[in-house]
Amino acid sequence: MTAASKQPSGAASYFRRQSASVGPARRKRLIALLALMPALVIFCAFWLLPFSRLIVMGAEADRSSGISAYLTILTHRQYLISLVTTVGISLVVSITAVAIAGVAGFFLARHRFFGKAALVAILTFPLAFPGVVVGFLVIMLGGRQGALAQTSLWLFGERWMFAYSLAGLFIGYLYFSIPRVITTVMAACDNLDKSLEEAARSLGANTWQVTKDVIVPGIAPALLSTGAICFATSMGAFGTAFTLGTRLSILPLNIYGEFTNYANFAMAAALSVVLGVITWMALSLARRLAGGNLGASV
Amino acid sequence: MKSRLRFTLQLSFTLLVCLFMIVPVAMSVMAGLTENYFVGLESGLTLRWVNEVWQLYADTIWLSIKLAIACLLITILIGVPAAYGLLRSRRRWANAIEELLLLPVAVPGLATALALLLAYGSYREFRGSWLFILVGHVLFTLPFMVRAVLSVMQTAKLPQLEEAAASLGAGFRQRFFGVVIPNSMSGILAGALMVVTLSIGEFNITWMLHTPLTKTLPVGLADSYASMRLEIGSAYTLIFLVMVVPLLVAIQWAGKLTQQRD
Repeated sequence: MTAASKQPSGAASYFRRQSASVGPARRKRLIALLALMPALVIFCAFWLLPFSRLIVMGAEADRSSGISAYLTILTHRQYLISLVTTVGISLVVSITAVAIAGVAGFFLARHRFFGKAALVAILTFPLAFPGVVVGFLVIMLGGRQGALAQTSLWLFGERWMFAYSLAGLFIGYLYFSIPRVITTVMAACDNLDKSLEEAARSLGANTWQVTKDVIVPGIAPALLSTGAICFATSMGAFGTAFTLGTRLSILPLNIYGEFTNYANFAMAAALSVVLGVITWMALSLARRLAGGNLGASV
Repeated sequence: MKSRLRFTLQLSFTLLVCLFMIVPVAMSVMAGLTENYFVGLESGLTLRWVNEVWQLYADTIWLSIKLAIACLLITILIGVPAAYGLLRSRRRWANAIEELLLLPVAVPGLATALALLLAYGSYREFRGSWLFILVGHVLFTLPFMVRAVLSVMQTAKLPQLEEAAASLGAGFRQRFFGVVIPNSMSGILAGALMVVTLSIGEFNITWMLHTPLTKTLPVGLADSYASMRLEIGSAYTLIFLVMVVPLLVAIQWAGKLTQQRD
């Protein structure tokens, strides 16, 4: 009797629980959507819509050539050269930065010594310097009154400078890339399983072999990912190039020039879209490899 | 013996890299504080240039601070709910939306600024006001706030905590302000520091969007590098460093704080 009377009520409460959990589930999704709404509205109104227009605008006729600006980029030497130069210098900078900061970062991750914290601080703080400041620092090193010019004037009686050329751009890009790589490499080394190294060593591998076969493969995803971030950052680095005031033909300066000097909006839009697609692809690759790091542009 | 040599070699290499990073900063600081950079330190130390920068560019510094605070308030108001929304959405949707919100960071600031200018540049009043720059800053910094808050929310076991609160009869509002917000505080703090630092240093978007009446600190810096003597540019950089370095120290400190919680 008691068992029989209990069963229906049990079933009823089961059904009630079911219907109750369907209600809140829908409600939860609604709340999630409502919570996302303000951010999405602002994003769509001020980024998605304007950028979509930019994509369309890039297909309009270019001022000088009269054909679609996207086509003009592909068919005119001037733009192709600038595209290749920008990609080239960004690639070289990324590889150099990964090599230099990889060695330094690995060293800092694996050794404890007096003053290490200060070195880490020096190597990572420039992370937040905007591109303009980095450009100014390059002028400090290689400009008309820079360190190099003063030293060479004192030693050889002539001013050597590199700030206002591709070399200056390279040094500037390297300057803001190194801190990015250092932080990533140090984190990756901390996560690396130390017992693998010890195992390799106990099997008779020398330091070079351990580095080549254990450490580098172990942190390879991190190296690739941070390299991709450096590449994307260098591709879009407007501030540094702008401060160096060069007449160099690189994409960010071209976009700025087309827009402000020639009012060639179609070309400026097309170049921006091309540049945006390249950096977006590089950063997607970086996130797929490592995740987590957003990679702020300078 | 061999490992000793290797240690020394690697240390010297690392020290060289450090020199590359610190020498130009040190030179710039010195240049901002010496009477005449071309004569050198013998000309004496002075605060004259810092003072002159303050006379010339104080309004840019105030505008940057105002922008950073406004940007922070907006990113908290829309970013914290957005992170909660992402946490509560289906995986696939959450990933897609996060990817979308990241676009203004993934695409160079120049492109974002150009898109804004071509779309809204014709609204004269909006174009001329500091709010135009604020829009750019919010787009650029929002992903950092969302990401910082979301990562803390994910590790804080929020769903269980919320369920516990709900079983005790707490309504949504009570749960959100009594459970969700207090448990995401370290993420909000980390995100806030990031947002303020990025907003103060933002140049690529701001340079395109600024008008002569709405110059921010980095815009003023570019201005002074191009048209003022080296000492003034250096002194201005020094002021910028004094503003930003404490923020960086705080970011590292907040990072350690969130790591300890994990």
